[in-house]
Formats: sequence, C-alpha cells, structure tokens
Amino acid sequence: MTSIFPTKSSDAAVAPSRDRGGGYFRDLDWILIIAALGASLMGSVLVWSASRADLAAEGDPQSYLKRHLINLGVALVLGVIATRINYRWLRAYTPVVYVASMLLLLVPFVPGLGVTIAGARAWIDVPVGLTIQPSEFAKITVILMMAALLAEPRDIEQEPSGRDVLYALGITAIPTAIILVQNDTGTVLIMGAVVISIIAVAGVRTRWLVGLIGGAALGILAAIQVGLLRQYQVERLTSFINPDDDLSASAYNANQARIAIGGGGLDGYGLFQGPQTQGNFVPVNESDFVFTVVGEEFGFIGSALLIALLAVVLFRAVMIAWKADDMYGRLVATGVAAWFGFQMFENIGMTLGIMPITGIPLPFVSAGGTSMMATWMAIGLLQTVRLHSLAVFRSQV
Amino acid sequence: MSQRSNVRLLVLGVLLVSLVMTLVGRLYYLQVVTGEEYKTAAVNNTVREVVEPAVRGLVLDQAGRPLVANRTSLVITVDKVVLEREPENGAEVVERLGEILDIPAERIADRLKPCGSEGAKPPPVCWNGSPYQPIPIAQDVDPQIALTLMEQGQLYPGVDARLDAIREYPAPFNVNAAHILGYLGPVTEQQLQEQGSTDAYDRLRRTDVVGRSGLEAYYDDDIRGKPGVTTLAVDTAGRVTGTLESFPPQPGDYLVSSIDANLQAVVEEQLVRAVQRAQRQGYPGDSGAAVVVDVTNGQILAMASYPTYDPSIWVGGVTKKQFDKLMDSGSLASNATQGLFAPGSTYKVISTVAAAKEGFNLGGAYACPSRVRLGTQVFRNYESSAYGRISLRRALEVSCNTVFYGLADQMWDKAGGDDAGRDAPDPIAEAARQFGLGAGTGIDLPVESVGRVASREFKAENWELKRDTWCKNAIEGYPETRKTDPELADYFTALDQENCADGFRWREGDALNASIGQGDTAVTPLQMAMVYAAIANGGTVYEPKLVKAIVSADGQQVREIPSVASNEITGARAQRAIRFLQDTLPGVTTNGSAREPFAGFPLSQIPVASKTGSAQVTGDKVSTSWFASYAPANNPRYAVVMMVTQGGTGSKASAPSVRKIYEEIFGIRGTDVDPKRSVLIGGEPMTDLPVIRPDGTPVVPLGKDSGVPEAREEGEDVVASGARENGRGS
Repeated sequence: MTSIFPTKSSDAAVAPSRDRGGGYFRDLDWILIIAALGASLMGSVLVWSASRADLAAEGDPQSYLKRHLINLGVALVLGVIATRINYRWLRAYTPVVYVASMLLLLVPFVPGLGVTIAGARAWIDVPVGLTIQPSEFAKITVILMMAALLAEPRDIEQEPSGRDVLYALGITAIPTAIILVQNDTGTVLIMGAVVISIIAVAGVRTRWLVGLIGGAALGILAAIQVGLLRQYQVERLTSFINPDDDLSASAYNANQARIAIGGGGLDGYGLFQGPQTQGNFVPVNESDFVFTVVGEEFGFIGSALLIALLAVVLFRAVMIAWKADDMYGRLVATGVAAWFGFQMFENIGMTLGIMPITGIPLPFVSAGGTSMMATWMAIGLLQTVRLHSLAVFRSQV
Repeated sequence: MSQRSNVRLLVLGVLLVSLVMTLVGRLYYLQVVTGEEYKTAAVNNTVREVVEPAVRGLVLDQAGRPLVANRTSLVITVDKVVLEREPENGAEVVERLGEILDIPAERIADRLKPCGSEGAKPPPVCWNGSPYQPIPIAQDVDPQIALTLMEQGQLYPGVDARLDAIREYPAPFNVNAAHILGYLGPVTEQQLQEQGSTDAYDRLRRTDVVGRSGLEAYYDDDIRGKPGVTTLAVDTAGRVTGTLESFPPQPGDYLVSSIDANLQAVVEEQLVRAVQRAQRQGYPGDSGAAVVVDVTNGQILAMASYPTYDPSIWVGGVTKKQFDKLMDSGSLASNATQGLFAPGSTYKVISTVAAAKEGFNLGGAYACPSRVRLGTQVFRNYESSAYGRISLRRALEVSCNTVFYGLADQMWDKAGGDDAGRDAPDPIAEAARQFGLGAGTGIDLPVESVGRVASREFKAENWELKRDTWCKNAIEGYPETRKTDPELADYFTALDQENCADGFRWREGDALNASIGQGDTAVTPLQMAMVYAAIANGGTVYEPKLVKAIVSADGQQVREIPSVASNEITGARAQRAIRFLQDTLPGVTTNGSAREPFAGFPLSQIPVASKTGSAQVTGDKVSTSWFASYAPANNPRYAVVMMVTQGGTGSKASAPSVRKIYEEIFGIRGTDVDPKRSVLIGGEPMTDLPVIRPDGTPVVPLGKDSGVPEAREEGEDVVASGARENGRGS
C-alpha cells in the first residue's frame, strides 16, 4: 500500500473500460473482495487458534471454528444479497429499515431475550444457539439514514443546512442513547466518528463541523464529569494510559495483550504456539482481542500483513466514495470506510496500548456472527454503490 | 460533487492512512524493538515447573556394601506465606505445632527464619531456601502425629506432611567414614551465582540439596542425578492448559569406592586404640589419622581421622547446639587430609634420597654421636644415644638424627652456607617436592591441605611476609610484656631483631632440623602415605583416589576412575636410593625402632617395611607418634600410615595398631597367615566392580561379610529400603 489516493487516470480498477461492456461480475470490486476475504480467512485461523485451547477440555476443539465458518458463510451470502439490492429502492426504503433497526435495538431489554455480555446488555438470544448484537446492524442503518438525509439536497450542489445537520444528529441520537444504556461505550464512540465523517464529507460548513467535533469532545468530558459514564467505563477508557501501575481487570487486559503481541517478535511463535494465546492469558482473544493472536503467533510479519489487508479494504472503500456517482453513494461509502477505519484503529490500538479498552470487534477478523454479517453486508453495499456508479458512468459516455 | 466534499473525503483518507501508519509503527516498536522483554514476561506468566527430585546415587564400598543409602522419612513442612497471614504471624500455630511435635516452639520459629534475615541463627539452624517454599521443620515424624495434623488442618494452616528421600548410613561393620563420605546441605548462594542464569531443566534450584563435603561434594554432579521436571502451561486461574516439556527424573550415579568397609572399620578401631594407648601412657593423645593405600594404583582402602562424628547428624539439618559442639570438638575436618603435622623421622627417607642424589655413599659409614653443637644450640640424638660410626642402613633402623644432621650440614655447606641465595640448591626440599610434599595430592575430595616443605625458599618468602611485624616489634620492644616480665620482653625483642635483620637466611640449624622432618615442614598423613607408597612401588607418586568407578543406577554404564601418577622418581641415583630404602626399611621392623611392636609378627612370610617417627612439637606438647610402613616388603601392595598427636613415640602408640591392621589385611593369627581370614574378601582388593541390579540394588556380600547384623537380612531388602533398625528419633 503506497498511497490511498492515486491519480484518477491510473485507477484502472475503478475506471470502467470503455471497450469492455459492463457486467455484474466484471464490475464487482474484486480487489476489495479478495482483501476482505483474506482478512476473514486469516481471522478464522486466529479464532481457531484462540478457541481450541479453551475447548480442548470440552470435547471438540474445532467447534468454535466450525460455528465461525458457518457465520462467515452466512455473512458472505448476506453480502452477495446486498450487492443485488436496487440502489434507488435502497434509498427509498432506508427510513423503514432504520425504524426496524431501532426496534431491534430495543429487543435486548426484553426480559428473556436479552443477554448481557461483558457488562453490555447488547445481545439478543436466538434459540438456535446464536446471539445477535443489533447495534452492529444499527451502524449500517445509521449510515444509510444519514446518507439519505444529507444527500437529499446535495444532488443539486447545495451544502446541507444547519437543520439537516440537526436532523442527522437526531437520527444518531436515538440509537446512541439506546446503545449507551446498553453500556456499549465502544460502539457509541465508533458511531460518533462515523457520523462526524459523514457530516463532514456531506460538505457542511466548516464551523458546523468544528462545533460538532468540539461538542463531541465536550460531551465525552461532561459524561465523565457528571458520572454518566460509570466508574468502570472510565477505568476502561483510561487504563491504557499507564497499564503497568494498575492491575485492575481492564489494565490486566491491556498488559496481557501487550505481552502477547510484544512477545511475538518479528516472526511470532507459530500457529498454536503462542504461550499467552494458548494459556488463555489474554481475555476474549477470539473476539475483541483477536489481534493479540496474530501478534503473538505470527509476529510483526503476520500482523502487518493483516493490517495491510484491512488497509486495502479501507483504500477501496474510500476510492468507491471518491468515484461515487451521487452524494448518497459517496456518503454510504464514506460511512463504511470511516466505520471500518476507526473501528480497526480502536480495536488494534487498544491491544497495542495506544487506545482505551472498549468492547468492539475487529472487522472481518473477530469471532461474532452479527459483526461478521454486518461487515460483509457493508462490503455488499460498497459494491452496490460501485455498480451503480459504473452503470451511470457507462450510460453517460 | 462539491469541492468541499472532495477535500473532506481527501482529509478522511489521509486521516485513515495516518491511523494505519500509527498502528504499524506502534506494532513495530512493540514487536521488533522491545519484543524480547515481552517474551520473558510471557514465559514468566505462563510456565510453572513441577520438580520431582532425583534419587541421589548410593556410595558403595569396594565389595558393593552401601556406605551411603537413602530412606524415606515423613517430614512436616510449614508454608511461611500461609502462616504469616495468621494473627501475629502465626505464633499460636507455631506454639501448637511445638506441642504436638514435642519440639520447643522457639526452635520452630528459629527454623522458619530465612538465613541472613534479622535475628536469624546461623545455618544450618536458619532456613537456607526460598521463603516461598514449604520449610521442613521436623522429620521422621510418627505417622499418627502427621495424620492428626492433617485432620485438624484448620488449626495448622500452612502445615503439611510429605515423604522425603533422605540420606542414611547403613554403617556395615559399624563403619563411620564421616570425613570420606561427607554430608549434604542446601545449595549455597555462591553455587547459584556461579551457575549464572540458565534455564536448563537440570540446573540447581534454591530448594536443592547438594553435597557440601567429602565424596558427596566432590562427585555431586555425578550422584545428584537429574530432577524430573514437568513444565506446564498455566492459565490465569492457575489451571493447567498443557504440558510444554517433561523430563523424567534420572537417578544419580553410584559411586564405587575403593574403601573396604570391613578394613575401614578395623582402621577406625585401631586408630582409636592407638589414641587410647597414648593416653594410657599419660599423654594427651588428642587427635590422629590413619591411611591404608594400595601402592600399585593409589587407591585408598581405608582412611580414618580421630576425632570423628556421626555423619547422620547432618541429615535434615543439625541444631545450633549440635553444630557448636561439632565445631568445638575439631572433628569436622579430617586429620588425614587436612591436618598438618611435622613428619619427624618418617621424613628421613626423603633426606636419604636427597643424599643419594647428592652423591653420598649409601653404603658408607657415618658418625652417630649423641649430640651436635652449633654455636649455642645443641642438636641431640633421640634419648641422646650414641652409636659411633654406623652405616646409613643402621642409621635408618635406629633412627639416628645426628647422621642426618651430618648429611644435611654438608649439603648446606656445599650450597653456600649462610650466604647462599634463595635459589641455591636445596636437595632435601627438592626431593620432598618430588615425592609430592608441599602440594595437593590430587585426592578426590573437595579440600585438602597442601602442607609446607621447610627450605631456603620458604624461609625467604616467610620473611617477606612477616618482616614488617618483626621489625616493628624489634623497635617497640614488647611494651605490654615488659610491664610484667622485662626479661621475656628482652628475649622476644632480641629474637625479633635477629628475625628482622636476617630472618630470610637459611641457617645451618634450619638445615639440620629440616633433615629430620622438623622445623617448618608440615605434611598431611595422606601425603606421607603416598610417599611410602611411592617408595614401595619403586618411585611412582600416585594421586590417591577414593572412588574406583562411577556406575549408573541401573548398573549399565560404568566409568572407571583411572589411576593417575602425579610424578615418577627417575634418575639412577634416586632409583638406587629407593632400592636402598626398600632393602633397608624392613630392617626397621626386624631389627630397629619398630622391632618391639612387631615382635611375634610372621615377618618371614609378610615382611613389613616401616619407619617410626616421634616428631617434636613447639611448646610443651608431647611428640607426635608416627608410623609409616608398607607390606609385603618383598612384593609391596599396601602402605599404612598412622599418627597420633601428643602420642609419644611412633613405636609405642601407632605401631601396634598398624601391626593389627596388617594382621587383619593378611589374615594373621599368631604366626599363621591365611588370606581366607582377611577382612578383604578374597584376601586382596576386588578387581571386579560390584554388580548393580537393573532395579538399582547392589549385589552385596552375604553372611558375616555383609557387615550388618543377621536379623536385618530377613524379610526386607536391606539395600533397597535402607531401613535402619537403630533409627534415630525425630
């Protein structure tokens, strides 16, 4: 990865070839698919390695891997379906999807259906042995809703008004509030970054943008001050600053994660050989702390490869946004790129001790069916934007 | 789309690039730059070692009888970490423990203090191991008591019982051999430091017990074995998640000693008899040593030191009182290898070799007056006897000092007398060094004394060391002594004035004294035994060895310890002198100073070559009784040396005991010689090594040759279990 922004003329992958006719398969962004698939497959190996030690005593050490691969299969199918969604139809029905998603977000509060994991009541217990985390889907619907709202006047080259921004914030505020009540701080932070990115790219006035970023910062500070964030949430957020001094639970996580990754060295211990990973020293290392597995067992070489794959995904997403035919497509692609980018930074950053510890998964890599499905649906949406852009481009030529 | 949107998207893109770069940079720092330290952290985190101590190898005598074996003992341990969580650091628990174990509570408290901590008693009372490991406080505990402790666990937090393999001493023939066998102790801080940082599984651990003296220490690496170590991967909750490495324990190798338990017991008994003999003559007879060595290879068949101690006193640690008593008694060090004594007349063999090398006629006649006067000093013959002109052979037989004074005087003159430099020839000292005196013998024990050879060189070196003190005293004139005894002060001052001025000079008197093994010369009894062994075998000075072979615990691998000659006495004159001594020394027994103690001994069948010695000691002390010998003189096999300090003459105290030792070796009753009666099975040291069965039990001689009471042979395998009837109380 040398540059995320090559010149337009050299971008042969996105620029349609005039003598080649269009076509669904030919027009798909295969580089994006291959990179995302590569990250997912690497993730499967990591999840396998992380989970087999825990499961060895319980019979089938591969059971977690099997479930993960099933999840990946379902996610890929959902991704393919997403590419087949009619672009206009999608835009038109976004509010409906949004409302449905918000209702889904409330389900975990229903007694008997909700499940609390790691202090966050954000999961729905599905009888077939799965748990669904509606906030993962909410990320997509918020992106779609924001794009629909902010792109509405944009097609006629107008910047969004202050009222548009307020509407957009209102759209975000509802799921944010619900997710905050569910104690899923990480998702709130990511959602905030995504929303600000979308609003920025939508072209709002700079003072709106500055005010927004300043307001978000103040909001976090105020939340800490007035105790809206509970003590453990603050602890989780601040323990990364000086993990060696503090051996509380969250600092322990940070320490163990760094020991695992640091110990991996240049080329790692090898698959199934990482002492931290196999000794279960790093908590939830098949989901939130999955990066410690690649760090320990495959070293710097393996970790850099995984980051490179994810960077390629980000690059292609930004390029799709860049090439998007209309503002709606651009904002959808921007939202997805920001989502993947910030979530990846936060997730990997927390294992490296440069970001606070929050409970969010690493896109494509972490175990967790909902996250996997949501990310692959987002890949499908990126393809839809691209397919639409190429079709429009071709019709214009 | 608007320019602003494009710029914003570009900014977002750049932001994402920088985020990715941040991650890669941080990753590089963590993994490549500082990776190593995390690696160590990871290992500490996840690895727990379970150590199973190896069974320490046995020490067998030359016939396969165990001298050192193992047995199991019920040991009560206290986990200090748990105990200190109790009120007042668990003082009440210690009190209760003392009561049930019938040990004073203070003794338990002393035991629980880590060595070097505040108020800790010196080792071995204090705890020398890690404070995080259970500390043994009592052993050989009645199983009933241990059961009570376990049942009432809540009353005894941190208290546990376990079975330990500990050393035991089967003591065939009631043999002691404490100084040879040595004892065990916790590994020292120094040993751990010398080992450096290693993670080899068989490294020394703080909890290890190692040989601290004797064969246990010298051959520690061989007989310690390798511990069984299982390295477990452990998760945060302490659950075992896997086995990383596993090494089974490897029992230590067995030492096959050249010591014969039966002969050793005889020698020990005869040494005590010699001491008693001296004491019956009214002499203090305060210490002694005896050595029996095979002159053909340097193997030691028996070696005893008086006083001695019970080696089992060390098992499981001694009390402070026991330790102090041991230190005061002077029984810890072996007089045979660490004691330094003037050799007296036994040294005359050295002077004889020196004289021969200087060209003196071994067959010539020399004057043996009753005294020799040198200025104001008078050098007397023993009991001032005068023999007139006698042969050198006769001079040795009757131990005439004045003949050797004459020889020494001529050699001293020839070298330049008073004015000779420190490098001038010193034939007697040179001969002494060729026979291994003034240097370590190379015995397979961790410590031995090297001794001193009185010589021109030694005197010069000594003067350089002490000159400053002498000169200071000469000027000050002993003001303290002068207050009470001005005459003595004058005498001391005069002495130091002389010493200060020319204390480096090798005076005529020094030369005379040196020729008869007096003055500065000091030897160990072992050194003297090796001298006589070398005369017996024609001039080979062997390194004495206590161990013949090292055999693996299953008896499969055998490593024999080769005999090593540290020097060969060569040269025609020296060889002639040795042959002369071989011809002459039997005459000492038949016709000389040792005639009386060997009266009635079948010397025609077993001729004994010998030399008596009655070494003068400074002060008012009684002379040291020496008897050095080898036999059979016509076909030498054994050299036997015995000495008793303040024991009187060699012939009176030591010689009768040496005679008895020969009688036991050769199977002599009256004048009848029968090798079948020998304490050595087959009449001589075994050529074959004892057989060790695959299960680790050695094949031992049966019946009276076993050295253990009959009752113990029934029912259980004495060797394997090592059960000891007269077991010690806890």
